[in-house]
Amino acid sequence: MNIDPVREWQIATVTSVNDESPRVKLFKLDLANETKFRAGQYFDIRLTAPDGYQAQRSYSVTSSPEDSNSIELAIELIADGEVSAYFHEIVKPDDQIELRGPIGGHFTLSPNFTKPVLLVAGGSGIAPIISMLRHRRSSTRIAPTVLMFSVRTEADALFAQELEDMAQENPNLHIIIALTRSESETPDSKQRETRRIDRSMIDSAITKLAEQPARAYVCGGTDFVESIGNHLLDIGLAYHDIRTERFGP
Amino acid sequence: MITNNFFGRKRPEPTRPVPPGQYLEDGFPVLSAGPTPKVDTATWDFSIEIGGAEIGTWSWDQLNALPQTDIHTDIHCVTKWSKQDTDWRGVTIDALLEDAGVEPPTGFVMAGCDGGYTTNVPAADVLDGKALLAHTYDNEPLAPEHGGPVRLFIPHLYLWKSAKWIRSLTFMDQDVPGFWERYGYHMYGDPWREQRYSND
Ligand SMILES: Cc1cc2nc3c(=O)[nH]c(=O)nc-3n(C[C@H](O)[C@H](O)[C@H](O)COP(=O)(O)OP(=O)(O)OC[C@H]3O[C@@H](n4cnc5c(N)ncnc54)[C@H](O)[C@@H]3O)c2cc1C
Repeated sequence: MNIDPVREWQIATVTSVNDESPRVKLFKLDLANETKFRAGQYFDIRLTAPDGYQAQRSYSVTSSPEDSNSIELAIELIADGEVSAYFHEIVKPDDQIELRGPIGGHFTLSPNFTKPVLLVAGGSGIAPIISMLRHRRSSTRIAPTVLMFSVRTEADALFAQELEDMAQENPNLHIIIALTRSESETPDSKQRETRRIDRSMIDSAITKLAEQPARAYVCGGTDFVESIGNHLLDIGLAYHDIRTERFGP
Repeated sequence: MITNNFFGRKRPEPTRPVPPGQYLEDGFPVLSAGPTPKVDTATWDFSIEIGGAEIGTWSWDQLNALPQTDIHTDIHCVTKWSKQDTDWRGVTIDALLEDAGVEPPTGFVMAGCDGGYTTNVPAADVLDGKALLAHTYDNEPLAPEHGGPVRLFIPHLYLWKSAKWIRSLTFMDQDVPGFWERYGYHMYGDPWREQRYSND
């Protein structure tokens, strides 16, 4: 078994802040200490007020593990959110942020895993999964992979261009972006669906793998993960082949 | 380090202090390493093993026929949220041992669950009324995503020790890491000492 040495708190420096969608910003952080992590892991962030009050939250790394000197985070603004609002409203380049990690180890995917994989993300749940895909992009081993990505509208499809480029250059990677609140009934691309991910969408997605996925990774809000997890059990995936990360209510 | 321009949100005064690094949550977040397994109370059973021998097996009906215990307490998840004044009902491990007519074991215990999840605690932490096999939360049957029909409930430790979808307790002499403990989470997990990860 892998044991992840969880490091001491370290101070990271924000190097860039960018809008990726109306509700999600990307933050690049330079780490004080070189920190090896695996695709899918997360860091704990700790904010401290002058009166000593602290707020801690977890954020998945979106960047590839090949760079162990900096990490990228994708943070969604949550209504009345304490930490996400701080990041969206206050944080700017050169700010310092206290964090520790990497944490987690079950929701990780190595490029050496070459059996067919199904990735299912809801909204900001794409964060750990884009790290997995970025890591795989640099690898010569390319396992059959399907990504199903559920977002409200096209504008919420984080990393859409990069995902399309990856699918373009890699015939073994298939992406389906499910727009749950799309205006139009008919999708304007063959990589788009205009409804929630349901059983039949999963059934047709996994036909692209030629065989049942050997493993599935599901990440997003709790209701999303519960619903997809149930579908995957129904289609016969073994319980222990389904790995999940739940971001919140 | 004081974070630049962070003052924290106006926070409700907790009824009681919360452990370090925790914040109060009104909802009941769900954290699990996999999907919610489908557990049928008609076929569900629970067993206890001590020193390699099974000392008892209980069906759903047998569990419900044992003396029931209510616990009113605060709960603490390692992902930083705490919830105060929660109500749980279930059967103490003491009641199960008593039912099987065996003496309380010493050493350590591994919880085993539907889906293969495991977690380890010292035996003493599940005895003397400190732990339940809980099937009722807030006077309602425990919801599947929260571990229903039955989860282990050890409220004085971080909640990952309160294994969802519990099926067995295996008492043993040595402390052996369970599922999250093998990934670097703390062997004991006391929220008041902020024992989140192995070197805390
Ligand atoms: C392992 C892990 C990895 C995570 N990775 C990411 C990530 O990569 N990107 C990211 O944006 N978030 C991620 N999260 C969620 C993140 O840790 C925070 O929970 C989230 O940013 C909200 O924190 P907050 O302080 O802004 O809101 P809080 O002040 O904690 O909550 C404010 C209100 O919003 C509700 N709320 C909390 N979280 C959510 C949510 N996700 N959706 C809707 N309502 C919510 C709360 O119940 C509360 O009522 C991750 C969570 C976990 C456990």
